[in-house]
Amino acid sequence: MNYTSFNKNEEFFVDMQRCIGCKACEMACAECETNGQESLIHVNYVDRASTVQTTVQVCMHCDDPVCANVCPADAISKDENGIVHTANTERCIGCSNCVMACPFGVPKKEESYDLMMKCTMCFDRTSVGKKPMCATVCPSGALFFGTRAEIQEMRPNSTPINTFIFGQEVVNTKVNIMMPKGSTELIIY
Amino acid sequence: MKNKTYNTKALLIATGLSIFMIALVFFGSRKLQNFDAALVTYLFGTVFAFFGIVYRYSVWLQRPPTWIYFKRGITYLVTGKVFSHFWFATKESVENIAFQKFIYPRGKYRWVAHFMIAVGCTSAFLITIPLTFGWIHFAMAPNTISTYEAYFFGFKVMDFELGSIIAFLTFHALNWSSYLVIFGSLYYLRRRLTNPGLIATQSFEGDLLPLILLIAISVTGLGLTYSYQFMKGFAFDFLAVLHAVTVIMFLIWIPFGKFFHIIQRPAQIGAHIYKKEGMKMGMAVCPHTGEEFATKLHIQDLKTVTEQLGFDFSHEDGTSHLDLSPEGKRSRLAQAHLKARLEGGNLFG
Repeated sequence: MNYTSFNKNEEFFVDMQRCIGCKACEMACAECETNGQESLIHVNYVDRASTVQTTVQVCMHCDDPVCANVCPADAISKDENGIVHTANTERCIGCSNCVMACPFGVPKKEESYDLMMKCTMCFDRTSVGKKPMCATVCPSGALFFGTRAEIQEMRPNSTPINTFIFGQEVVNTKVNIMMPKGSTELIIY
Repeated sequence: MKNKTYNTKALLIATGLSIFMIALVFFGSRKLQNFDAALVTYLFGTVFAFFGIVYRYSVWLQRPPTWIYFKRGITYLVTGKVFSHFWFATKESVENIAFQKFIYPRGKYRWVAHFMIAVGCTSAFLITIPLTFGWIHFAMAPNTISTYEAYFFGFKVMDFELGSIIAFLTFHALNWSSYLVIFGSLYYLRRRLTNPGLIATQSFEGDLLPLILLIAISVTGLGLTYSYQFMKGFAFDFLAVLHAVTVIMFLIWIPFGKFFHIIQRPAQIGAHIYKKEGMKMGMAVCPHTGEEFATKLHIQDLKTVTEQLGFDFSHEDGTSHLDLSPEGKRSRLAQAHLKARLEGGNLFG
């Protein structure tokens, strides 16, 4: 793998309240070379009957990825840069364990391929110092890829957090979510 | 301590089965009288590969998610409507293992190339392994000078005239396999050297070396035929050693590298049986979207597996985050985020 130019100074920052549901990221995602023309980012209405709120979800690249742990075929791996890679095509048996176990609802099962596919933070781009496709096209700042200094300047009243609590489980991730200033975690119930 | 126990178990299984296989070599070759001593290095390579494969397979099966699939798959196969289950498993095996139909939607040429490699490798295995073990051997029929007989485990299975089409096809069977493997591997090598997504994620030992090895085995193997047929045996000894080296490298690499997927792939059939049986037991409904999204069995098993792996997604009220569909999980996260933003007094900040 190409690790030589992976940019360790830039990080991913997500703020789903800024998502306007335009789906530009979906189009851009399909351009990512590691996806093979599949769009793997998720944009969906949160509760269509009562609100127009949409949400956007990229892979959060967990420190201890549940998807990789529950994979019966050892098809998912995390590299030295903390990137959790999509399923290894020759190993994945299409069981959907990862799809159902991921607390963020990220992996996608492509039924016709009998294969799980997920966001790799555009490894073909980030591994050579470029930004992920989705973050380059997001018009509303819901998806941002850059340095901590840049995000601090742009969002002085927010704090990036990467600790999430699902039930009893504490999940730490590589990708950050922008929260009210001073927050340390996001509790999902 | 836990890992040590696993390894001991796998070691015992692998050693036991390897000894059993050596016994089969001994008896299958009729106490070594049909054993071809020239192939002894290949025998060592094959025994090592067999040991490694069984060992890794045994370690692999003991991982909680793998074990639950294996256990459920086998149990469903042998309980209830056994014939119907076996029919389903056979149909699935033909489609997915023999024809690898799931590769076709990923790319027509990818499927053709993979199918060529698969057929080439499988036929080569079916020919060379029994030959190495002394299970197959050829002999001249008594009282003739042109009839050849093929024996399996010491029992005669067929005979054919020398110089006939069958003889030509049989004696050159490994050459046909080689051509299939070379063309298939060249396609994949080209793909791996030009596809930007693959270039970014592949590794030399994991992805390129296996293809190079397959091509090396096939080319040196073909070289042996061409050396004695068209070049008066030029460099035959050198080619024979080179071929043996590439084959043995391939064999001992099977348990560790990419080729292990050949052994692992039948698990896909297990996953299909699991899904089919699970559907009969009812579907799980997402509390957020109100729609069916997976089998109840799957969600229930995942709760057990995640717990065994040290993850606890349960809430205090007895429900679990795993009860939600992927869309439900994303929506709940967004709702939690909205709530936190509202409490912070500013939607964006």
